[in-house]
Amino acid sequence: MRRAFVAILKRDLAVASRAGGGGELALVFFLTLVVLVPFALGPDLNLLSRIGPAILWLGALLSVLIGLDRLFQSDEEDGSLDLIRASALPLELAVLAKGLAHWLTTGLPLALVSPLLGLLVALPGEGVLPLVATLLVGTPALSFIGAGGAALAASLRRGGLIVPVLVAPLTVPVLIFGVSAANAAVGGTVPFLTPFLILCAISLGAIVVGTVAAAAALRSAE
Amino acid sequence: MQPGEAIALTGRNGAGKSSLIAMLCGKLRPDGGNIRLEGAEDEADLAEVSHLVGHRDGLKTALTARENLAFARDVLGDAAATPDEALAVVGLGHAAELPAGYLSAGQRRRVALARLLVSRRPYWLLDEPLSALDTASQAMVAGLMRDHLAEGGAILAATHGPLGIEGAREVRIGP
Repeated sequence: MRRAFVAILKRDLAVASRAGGGGELALVFFLTLVVLVPFALGPDLNLLSRIGPAILWLGALLSVLIGLDRLFQSDEEDGSLDLIRASALPLELAVLAKGLAHWLTTGLPLALVSPLLGLLVALPGEGVLPLVATLLVGTPALSFIGAGGAALAASLRRGGLIVPVLVAPLTVPVLIFGVSAANAAVGGTVPFLTPFLILCAISLGAIVVGTVAAAAALRSAE
Repeated sequence: MQPGEAIALTGRNGAGKSSLIAMLCGKLRPDGGNIRLEGAEDEADLAEVSHLVGHRDGLKTALTARENLAFARDVLGDAAATPDEALAVVGLGHAAELPAGYLSAGQRRRVALARLLVSRRPYWLLDEPLSALDTASQAMVAGLMRDHLAEGGAILAATHGPLGIEGAREVRIGP
């Protein structure tokens, strides 16, 4: 069973890393968005650094949403979802492996490049590490909440638009607590740890609920 | 279906051959009736003892033929042959390193059929197994199916043409 779990994880990582796999799409979109914002806002550094964490978080959220519809749809289209269904591995664990691979190829790289992009939005030095930390613990929630929506749209042809529409409202708490924790670190009224711990809790909850919901959605599509 | 038995499922396009196969492997729920596996508790077991090669090949185009088969073997369990051995049997030993996307439709079909060999499962549910294959490959697949039957396996194949197996029972669906 562990072998099947690792096989799904490894395969999704391999597919994402090959040309056109979608792994780099989120990263390029994130980069483009954050690079363009200072041009749109103008040269007001104070304004930029004040809304910097929000821009980075919004960018990360949209970047994760952009390729989410393919999470199960590509497997459904080429028939490899049938293979996963025929495995002795419970569908929940298969979803967990796929969600984990999705986070490793989108959320994790986004969190890791965010310090670099922080420079573009004049993020103060003391805010960099907290920002990375919030993205590291917050993006798994985006991947797994997204997995639930992606599983619902798996069997829909051209269901690309429906996934962000379904998923975006559910990610609002992640955005609120992610941004407030990142802001708290660069001066705010609340201590950093309060929203950060809530963000951790949301992520842990989303991993469980998202996994079970996505597996249920895949089963009901049968 | 008995061990060693082959059933050729025939019928016009849209008669329900693929739907029946989807029900047998637990992918579709039947509106009426039930599918029972003797000695097993529920229908979930059916998917775990059968091999499905549907009309979609189930291959990731970005991965090589070998990687695709290694994935199938790890996910399905009950490893039988290595991916390289299976590819050699279907005559694609030279293409192991090629991404599946570079292969022709017939070659991709053969890689999908090689999946039957990398993990051992008694029931083969095949949907149009011979489509896109040339005459030599069709004979090769017929040979694989005969070997499987000789080992006590069972095969149900939806087909429009002859399967090339002696004594296959024909079940006709629809008018």
